[in-house]
Amino acid sequence: MTFLPLRRLLLLLTLATMTTAAVAAGKTVTLLNVSYDPTREFYDAFNAAFATDWKRRTGGSVIINQSHGGSGKQARAIIDGLEADVATLALGYDVDALSVQGHLIAADWQKKLPYNSTPYTSTIVFLVRTGNPKGIRDWGDLIKPGVAVITPNPKTSGGARWNYLAAWAWAKSRPGGSDATAEAFVKALYRNVPVLDSGARGSTMTFVERGIGDVLLAWENEALLAVRELGAGKFQIVIPSQSILAEPPVTIVDRFVDKHGTRAVAEAYLRFLYAPEGQLLAAQHYFRPRDVAVGAKYTGQFPTVKLVTIDQAFGGWRAAQAAHFADGGSFDRIYEAY
Amino acid sequence: MSAAKPRSNQGFGRAALVALALGYLALFLLLPFGVVFAQAFSRGLATYLHALTDPTARSAIWLTLTVAAIAVPLNLVFGVVAAWTVTKYDFRGKSALITLIDLPFAVSPVISGLIYVLLFGAHGWFGEWLYAHDIKVIFAVPGIVLATVFVTFPFVARELIPVMQAQGRDEEETALSLGATGWQTFRRVTLPNIRWGLLYGVLLCNARAMGEFGAVSVVSGHIRGLTNTMPLHVEILYNEYNATAAFAVASLLALLAIVTLAARAALESRAPELKRATKTAGGHP
Repeated sequence: MTFLPLRRLLLLLTLATMTTAAVAAGKTVTLLNVSYDPTREFYDAFNAAFATDWKRRTGGSVIINQSHGGSGKQARAIIDGLEADVATLALGYDVDALSVQGHLIAADWQKKLPYNSTPYTSTIVFLVRTGNPKGIRDWGDLIKPGVAVITPNPKTSGGARWNYLAAWAWAKSRPGGSDATAEAFVKALYRNVPVLDSGARGSTMTFVERGIGDVLLAWENEALLAVRELGAGKFQIVIPSQSILAEPPVTIVDRFVDKHGTRAVAEAYLRFLYAPEGQLLAAQHYFRPRDVAVGAKYTGQFPTVKLVTIDQAFGGWRAAQAAHFADGGSFDRIYEAY
Repeated sequence: MSAAKPRSNQGFGRAALVALALGYLALFLLLPFGVVFAQAFSRGLATYLHALTDPTARSAIWLTLTVAAIAVPLNLVFGVVAAWTVTKYDFRGKSALITLIDLPFAVSPVISGLIYVLLFGAHGWFGEWLYAHDIKVIFAVPGIVLATVFVTFPFVARELIPVMQAQGRDEEETALSLGATGWQTFRRVTLPNIRWGLLYGVLLCNARAMGEFGAVSVVSGHIRGLTNTMPLHVEILYNEYNATAAFAVASLLALLAIVTLAARAALESRAPELKRATKTAGGHP
């Protein structure tokens, strides 16, 4: 009995949303970009630039809606039915899940756009408090007693997985390094982690706003944002001797753009990420641009770091995920041990 | 108790207890409350108003009001029906029903949200059918309403059941035996007796509906300007290093809490005499 009005109401609500959507479709296209945490400021600026460009070229209006959250969580939401037109996530594995678990995109999605469908890159650096009181220079310093390391949970955070793999790759590259020594190193590192936030932004907040920890393992873009815009003079960046090339990929979600009839504008949107204007915006928001000319203007911002890639060091995301972050992977082993 | 010695001891003990209680309240309730407003106005009134009139903030406020406007009346009707059924009739499974009403209190809000993802998500029970008919439930307004209805389910019923139980069935049975219809009995006899409890239940239900975070967060999809309620918007603003705006929106939620408390105090001070008045009126229909 009580469910009758509820159902009627639901029907009304859906009808209402459907008609408003239909009215809007006459003049304006709407895209939904589902992204990960630290891209908020970048896509805010980029969306406005793209809308202007699209209007200039086609005369049409486009509204881009944004959703942000931990990369793994966002992929899960798209698979559960969050109808993203484009997904711009933290790592290839999460986009892969859209194909493997959601059947929403083709398996070869990564070949559809230049540079492995990664228009901008980043890397993992250390953020420390000014003056570097604990004298942190390289990965080896992170396992010293009394050093509190802030990094998010690799089960839910893309950034945390890059952190984890960067640490692993460094330990393995040491003289006499092996998977066993790398696991022992990472285990010692996590023993120094007092808080595991669920996303990269949460960890930045823990370190910057709440003042917890001596060193934050962070996306370079997140670290630069913290240094330049949050606490000028309060933090400084330490570049380790080796890090990892972090490639946050982008893709069209085939199933949903076909349903919404937005394929053309979604493709143009992603292509615009590669255009000089998009590349410039990426660099301004502390992502390393692919475009050489744009990159040349920002060499001061992005120092040269020795970078390993996920393919070289781990045989790609699927292998890395299975070995380290899946149930029973190395992270479960080292973290269970406490 | 009335002896002189223990009284002075008691007086000291009482003062200490009162001080402890007040100190505790000040530390854990008033201080955080004050911080919300201090932060919200830390950059002046203009910034405060700007944060509240920003389009995404306005849409979050609007969505929160919409969700409450749907969830509260639904639970009002359900709560009255449930409380009536439980207190006025005897039937098998009655205690099971009472327990079920409390279920949302016992379940973590995250689970309350996930239930709907499992039901209406793309891979949920009804997912394919909904997709084929282009009906969006989760990651859209209907899902947020459903999750809120679920979480705020027990408030009205929980308030009414004790009141109705204390009332007993005599007055209704008298009304019925005098030839009143069911509806007349409810409107003229039951409703006047329960109206203050009902109002209070609605008040609590509304406060929770507007403030719910966990369950709504799971089904929201976090699309700015579309599926963010006020509590979710507060979190987003905070994560964007925009603490002032976050606390400005939070201050609205805090105001809601104050209004709820004030209304509760007003109800409680007026209720006894009004209750007596309605009772005598109800006694002579």
